[in-house]
Amino acid sequence: MNIVACVKQVPDTEAQIKVKADGSGIEEGGIKWVMNPYDEYGVEEALRLKEKFGGEVTVVCVGPARTMETIRTALAMGADKGIQIDDPALYNADAYATATALAAAVKSAPYDIIFCGQRAIDDDSGQVGSILAELLGIPGVTFATKLEIDGQKVKAVRPIEGAQLVIETSLPCVITATKGLNEPRYASLPGIMKAKKKPVDMKTAAALGVAAESKSKVAKFTPPPARPPGKIICADDTPEGKAAELAKLLREEAKVI
Amino acid sequence: MAKGVWIVAEQRDGALRKVSFELASTARKLADQLGEEVGAVLCGSGIEALAAALGKYGVDKVFVADSPALEPYTTDAHATAVAKVVKENDPSILLVGASAQGKDLSAALVGKLATGMATDCTDVKIADGKLLAIRPMYAGKCFGEVVVTGTPQMASLRPNVFTIVENAKAAAIVKFDAGLGEPKTKVLEVQKEAAGKIDVAEANVIVSGGRGVKGPEGFGILEELAAVLGAAVGASRAAVDAGWRAQIDQVGQTGKVVSPNLYIACGISGAIQHLAGMSSSKYIVAVNKDAEAPIFARADYGVVDDLFKVVPAFTGEVKKLLA
Ligand SMILES: Cc1cc2nc3c(=O)[nH]c(=O)nc-3n(C[C@H](O)[C@H](O)[C@H](O)COP(=O)(O)OP(=O)(O)OC[C@H]3O[C@@H](n4cnc5c(N)ncnc54)[C@H](O)[C@@H]3O)c2cc1C
Repeated sequence: MNIVACVKQVPDTEAQIKVKADGSGIEEGGIKWVMNPYDEYGVEEALRLKEKFGGEVTVVCVGPARTMETIRTALAMGADKGIQIDDPALYNADAYATATALAAAVKSAPYDIIFCGQRAIDDDSGQVGSILAELLGIPGVTFATKLEIDGQKVKAVRPIEGAQLVIETSLPCVITATKGLNEPRYASLPGIMKAKKKPVDMKTAAALGVAAESKSKVAKFTPPPARPPGKIICADDTPEGKAAELAKLLREEAKVI
Repeated sequence: MAKGVWIVAEQRDGALRKVSFELASTARKLADQLGEEVGAVLCGSGIEALAAALGKYGVDKVFVADSPALEPYTTDAHATAVAKVVKENDPSILLVGASAQGKDLSAALVGKLATGMATDCTDVKIADGKLLAIRPMYAGKCFGEVVVTGTPQMASLRPNVFTIVENAKAAAIVKFDAGLGEPKTKVLEVQKEAAGKIDVAEANVIVSGGRGVKGPEGFGILEELAAVLGAAVGASRAAVDAGWRAQIDQVGQTGKVVSPNLYIACGISGAIQHLAGMSSSKYIVAVNKDAEAPIFARADYGVVDDLFKVVPAFTGEVKKLLA
């Protein structure tokens, strides 16, 4: 089975995000970069399929030089080879341009299934996997929390508000992974050593023959709106007194109950 | 030239979802500024009668595809249908709900229409005749003002954030053929949650519990409060990973993003990843015995005390108020 896992490098979830003074982006200095947590579920599922059915896992990443570390992490977890698409024309690419580059890279070799995270936790766009499926002309299932493959048949569970959908489709397809799908493994020490020797192909947008044309852009970044300071409820200092005061404030001041 | 502000109306089991009215009201506002019409696309089976209800919130024209192949929702069939009618009519703006279904559909539409989209917006306006979409990024640690250069300019709107405004219009119905081919995906089964259970993503009020609730039994007092308030019960990742609550109830960066009118966090410290999922709630209440817990920095009302004493007392008080 030829399995592809798309990965993105994002700031660690604990990272402080500071907007540049001119609003053109965020300050990248001091940020610790990690693999997007949702992509970890994708890589893990890819590895499990390889363990079950045999084959090869290729990780594909769009981003600057530093993203090699994230590719190496996936290789250390057990992926076989990598493709890094590093092109300044794609540094601020939107979902459409990113998916166009990924589609071109994926198409350069045979593929049966492609994993993406359901969204990346930096831009929080949640579009790339679905656009990729459209560009490749294959079905996509988003937010998968369970996956079973039997021959060409694919069965996935996807939660919606108040229900779980059991969806059937067929290979080749794109699956976007979310929490619940699996528990991603950590890279082992021998894995990390082996990863250093695994091949990573370097590509540019031009080499892939894509225009890298974004269809949207963030014109301005701003800090989040300030929230007025809240009230700490003291009342008579008994739990009952505080509970009564809280109920009163929610009823009379906030008018939410 | 592309013209018109369109929405994709969302329905399930023969009823329009609330987000559809939020979309219609918002589209009306934008269209009035542009001097254009509001169009809505409605897909499903036996749903034509729902079209008129959209007129109440300012929709001028409803494009309806009615076919058994459109029920239940699949990405494939709905994206094909919506993309077809959008291409034929060339609206300048297309708004979709950032619900579970809307997120799936809108991203596929971006691919089919080769355009751009601002996801999960908390505000949209018109600036220089173009859509300007405001959205949280980096889990709400900053905001982005997005312009879409592709056509249509797409945005998905966070449910429960945009106000519903009545503004009656005729809502002329235009039927269209969805142009569906062989389906690529099908829904084998819809496993519904227990009747009466409210999904955190749709609740107006959420009572949420964390590690401080101490175990699955501890959630009993939160369930009681939720029952009185008609609320959903949410959980922090710590509570979900401990196996006390289901994954679907998790709020936060790797759970659901919610924006209820009232979010009551009990025994939740307020880690940045939890705040990522609930900081756009209108009112936040925190009950935590640690006065230094970061949740208090985000809470509108904070109670520093033992939740096992405060929550039952609060439930009693609410009962009295609502009696
Ligand atoms: C990649 C990544 C993604 C993550 N995604 C999420 C996510 O989606 N959602 C999420 O919630 N977390 C997420 N986390 C985890 C997050 O960092 C925190 O670990 C988690 O939110 C803590 O949960 P908690 O507040 O319930 O527990 P704790 O931080 O342990 O807090 C428990 C609180 O309960 C209080 N308490 C204890 N007993 C009582 C009592 N009797 N009365 C009142 N208060 C009491 C304590 O004072 C404390 O503040 C993520 C982490 C990572 C690294």
